[in-house]
Amino acid sequence: MKGTVLGDAGLHMAAADNVVTAIEDLDAGTEIPYDGTAVELDKAVPFGHKVALVPLEPGDVIIKYGETIGEAVEPISPGEWVHTHNCESRRGRGDRDVSDGEVA
Amino acid sequence: MATFDGYPRPDGPAGVRNYVAVVPTSVAASAVAEAIGERVVENVRSTPHQMGIDPPDEARKQVERTLSGVGTNPNVGAALVVTLGTETIDADELADEISGAGRDVETLSIRNVGGTAAAIEAGVGLARDLWDGIAGARREERDARELVFGVECGGSDATSGIAANPAVGAACDRLVRDGGTASFSETPEFIGAEHLLADRCVDDGIRERLLDRVERRESTAQLMGVDLRGAQPSPGNQSGGLTTIEEKSLGAVSKGGTTPVRGIVDYANPLPVGGGLVLMDTPGYDIESVVGKVAGGAQVVAFTTGRGSTTGNPIAPVIKVTGNPKTADRLASNMDINAGTIISGESIDAVGKRIYGTLLDVASGERTAAERRRLEEFAVNELQPNELAELRGDT
Repeated sequence: MKGTVLGDAGLHMAAADNVVTAIEDLDAGTEIPYDGTAVELDKAVPFGHKVALVPLEPGDVIIKYGETIGEAVEPISPGEWVHTHNCESRRGRGDRDVSDGEVA
Repeated sequence: MATFDGYPRPDGPAGVRNYVAVVPTSVAASAVAEAIGERVVENVRSTPHQMGIDPPDEARKQVERTLSGVGTNPNVGAALVVTLGTETIDADELADEISGAGRDVETLSIRNVGGTAAAIEAGVGLARDLWDGIAGARREERDARELVFGVECGGSDATSGIAANPAVGAACDRLVRDGGTASFSETPEFIGAEHLLADRCVDDGIRERLLDRVERRESTAQLMGVDLRGAQPSPGNQSGGLTTIEEKSLGAVSKGGTTPVRGIVDYANPLPVGGGLVLMDTPGYDIESVVGKVAGGAQVVAFTTGRGSTTGNPIAPVIKVTGNPKTADRLASNMDINAGTIISGESIDAVGKRIYGTLLDVASGERTAAERRRLEEFAVNELQPNELAELRGDT
């Protein structure tokens, strides 16, 4: 795989990434070593899903593959599951243009 | 030199199969085409589809281009065009285009022969005669540079971007290095990764064209005042861990490998032989997207999946690759390559080498899981009203 496996639990695909991908079904309480310390999962995270490595505020970009994959829409703590409930796309958002009054 | 054993064709690259294609001009002739294909099982492949008898002009041109591309794919040795007889697509013109590529062609009008039962009887006879005309073809050793390799993904999950797609990408890099063509498509799944593709375009014209095509797909959502999230990523993609279209795209584009982007062609337009990595502008629906590339001349397709997919194609063998260890286990009988080993430590390059070996074996006649099970999905992309308006110049 490209990237670094942290603690046999999470795949950190690029150095700039602020999330890791679970490489197996992870239980609540699992610790993922990161940056000299560890983040602890507050809930179980299924295989293939993402876990935050750092604290994130609404509007902060979520980075995977070293690239922006979306933005946080609520505060996210390290060790929290990152998915559609707290991370949204920035692209193809006709709904946002409507609320901004930009669409004829 | 990498080689495969293929069927030489008069007008271009060798085929990897030697089929009689039974091509209906509309949905009204599809049931008859399918019945002919079922009655003459070996080496006869029908391409039933849902297009109507009188589509708007631009839509009709796209259907004609697709059917003509399918009929002249290198895997087709001869073709039978089936028509109800009331279609605006002219069966004789379609047959002329196919015969222009040096293939034997017959046409069959359901109306002229007196109905569906008579047409099936007559069609079975014509298909058998066409087969007799090409049955003597023998495979010869050919250079891998003659291969046009279409790559597709469907039922993606988080493993797609980690394992199956980069592994297929490594196989594409090998084929391109050996002088062949690799092509991937599904433009909505470039959104969020187009800057990486743009950086790899060999000139400004291709870069502008690529960015224009992506913008068009994205603005479809904007024009309608909706966001893509209902469809991209799909609910299944989301269950598999993909949160946004950007994340899906960044994983999806790795299936084309790492070589320069040498072109982008429209749906079902010819893909250049010996062309390196070339993109095709298609919708995200995988069956239509595969058919677009087969109509463009792809002789073999690789299809990656995370959550699972069993689909094939009537004309081109489809190599199924999964990077999800659970799918590799549960759908073992429908998979050709397990790239899930990447999750447990096998290198992407080692799996890419395996996939390239399978590509050459399949090109030489080894049957894929989808072929052994006769899974032959076929659909032509239907242009949507906003696309038709744009092509007419109304926007």
